[in-house]
Amino acid sequence: MTSATLTSGATLGSQRVSEDVRYNEDAIRLFVIAATFWGVVGFLAGTFIALQLAFPALNLGFEWTSFGRLRPVHTSAVIFAFGGNVLFATSLYSVQRTSRQFLFGGEGLAKFIFWNYNVFIVLAALSYVLGYTQGKEYAEPEWILDLYLTVIWVLYAVQFVGTVMTRRESHIYVANWFFLAFILTVAVLHIGNNVNVPVSITGMKSYPFVSGVQSAMVQWWYGHNAVGFFLTAGFLGIMYYFVPKRAERPVYSYRLSIVHFWTLIFLYIWAGPHHLHYTSLPDWAQTLGMTFSVMLWMPSWGGMINGIMTLSGAWDKLRTDPVLRFLVTSVAFYGMSTFEGPLMSVKPVNALSHYTDWTIGHVHSGALGWVAFISFGAIYFLVPVLWKRSQLYSLRLVSYHFWTATIGIVLYITAMWVSGIMQGLMWRAYDGLGFLQYSFVETVAAMHPFYVIRAMGGVLFLAGSLIMVYNLWRTAKGDVRIEKPYASTPHKAAVGAA
Amino acid sequence: MAQEKKGFSHDLIERNTLLLIVLTLITISIGGLVQIVPLFTIESTIEKVDGVRPYSPLEVAGQSIYIREGCYNCHSQQIRPFRDEVERYGHYSLAAESMYDHPFQWGSKRTGPDLARVGGKYSNDWQVAHLVDPRAVVPESIMPGYAWMKDRPLAYTDIGDVLKTLRIVGVPYTDDQIANAKADLEAQKNPDGDVAALTKRYPKAVVANFTGNKTVTEMDALVAYLQVLGTMVDFTKYQSPKQLQQ
Repeated sequence: MTSATLTSGATLGSQRVSEDVRYNEDAIRLFVIAATFWGVVGFLAGTFIALQLAFPALNLGFEWTSFGRLRPVHTSAVIFAFGGNVLFATSLYSVQRTSRQFLFGGEGLAKFIFWNYNVFIVLAALSYVLGYTQGKEYAEPEWILDLYLTVIWVLYAVQFVGTVMTRRESHIYVANWFFLAFILTVAVLHIGNNVNVPVSITGMKSYPFVSGVQSAMVQWWYGHNAVGFFLTAGFLGIMYYFVPKRAERPVYSYRLSIVHFWTLIFLYIWAGPHHLHYTSLPDWAQTLGMTFSVMLWMPSWGGMINGIMTLSGAWDKLRTDPVLRFLVTSVAFYGMSTFEGPLMSVKPVNALSHYTDWTIGHVHSGALGWVAFISFGAIYFLVPVLWKRSQLYSLRLVSYHFWTATIGIVLYITAMWVSGIMQGLMWRAYDGLGFLQYSFVETVAAMHPFYVIRAMGGVLFLAGSLIMVYNLWRTAKGDVRIEKPYASTPHKAAVGAA
Repeated sequence: MAQEKKGFSHDLIERNTLLLIVLTLITISIGGLVQIVPLFTIESTIEKVDGVRPYSPLEVAGQSIYIREGCYNCHSQQIRPFRDEVERYGHYSLAAESMYDHPFQWGSKRTGPDLARVGGKYSNDWQVAHLVDPRAVVPESIMPGYAWMKDRPLAYTDIGDVLKTLRIVGVPYTDDQIANAKADLEAQKNPDGDVAALTKRYPKAVVANFTGNKTVTEMDALVAYLQVLGTMVDFTKYQSPKQLQQ
């Protein structure tokens, strides 16, 4: 399979199934544009609500602009709008090439999915701002929008699975296993977490069948696996296609990718209860959640090793190709946050970290470092291909984007580590007389400088994405920036020149 | 990778889409089933305590506003069994106390304090003043203000349907409670009305004209909800005499 992967990877890079027929790319261009647009919107929303926490006057006093209503706009914009469009674009792009087949259902179905999914996104965001929400994190859309999304998702599954089933390759490529698991599991999670009864068929309000402790378990079964399958399995599909393509190397280990796939999807689904440590959820469920979360460390790092070691023999490209740098750094961030996650799922650690900004920092090291970075890498890869340009407008600008965003992430996560751990310690601090040392609001006041630093990190990350938009725009126009190229200079020559 | 050795080869799965789909679905189902199904079947999951009752109509309306405004994004309603949390917020939360919350409001973040037992901790007037302008009463607060909510009339013509829907999903509202939903909602805002009938159906409901408005406003409902949180169970009944002496 290793050799098969390599040869198919080499031949499928061409833009044609046969000499005169192109793969379906119109809808994929749309998905890429939407992903870029929603990325900027989502980062902007995130930066704004981060500033609200530092400067509460920014809530502006309107009902539509309070933190409580805008936070779901941010999370949905980055996860489902940005992440979702990236996943549609990359999965529908790579499945054609790894299957040597057009999209099942054709360009028409892909465009239908595109328009409806993005209309869904707009309706969902509007509904939160107007106050329609189920009140479950990452599952806020009300019942009617949930039904709409279900229809769209089924069509997506039909298109993807249909393409895989009609493939002209004997084997299903590893990236497609991950995309498949992502599509199927998200369908199961979405339906399982949204079994609601509407108050009226003409109204938005609905109530879920489950309540209290069962509701909590179902929600975090959903919530953690939205991370596990939407933001991990799906994006691992991107890793398994785009890292080898960009590095022009085969996947490091075929055996490891099999172990990675099955252990990851088996273990992830158990990890939900670590969001509910020391709550009214029964202890047995908490212990299961913790145990499986710790075990999850292994497949996560197996996957990271498989992704990073794919660069074997091509490490020098990290110096000369900032797009590959995005892709590989994302996998490194993946390794970091999947180490931190199991750590935080250990109950005594969680006792400190839960309810604090440490969780927020952890999420963002994964979301910014892993999800967004691999998305940027894939988008930079895709735009010249999809717009038939020989190269990006500027690789230097990619590098500026990379460093701006990286500094932004570092500011963000370090600020949240400090504020989270500090607040957790302040909550449990006792003075010499045995009284609680700090009132709650004193711990809030202590957060202020870190909220400012975090917002600055957000501004940098947003600024980086604007550099990307400019670069992609010029690339699509067909411009090429006159700049010093990244030459792959042999070490000795470089020393000699200096 | 077509291995010559006998027995299972992953090659088979890689060639068969349906097999891959079925095996994937089985693999991802196990964990969820093991963790979720027993929560409905093991009786000790929710301990039996006296006092937990369905929310009154005004409290239900208040909870809807609590959800609408995304309060759960910053406030938990789940006190963990730690010394500092119990001292700060009160007795640790019991599963029974959220059994009528569709969905649960445990939250995941404490940008603001836990609210599981905020009921009765502050006066109605304080709650209204704080919601209108949090920094007027807590200068360091970073909570959004909800001044617009104070005078906005509550939409409650469908409150009977809301209670009926909640009964469908498992909240044990009686026919009597559903029939009187609208009257009870208005009664909770009016200390001069039929308070006895209301508190018979909903013991410990806090009755007051919270905002001072003539009509029932959204903030009336929200404060009524906040004021009942964590007050339903009488914990003195469940402590041994020795604990009470301490």
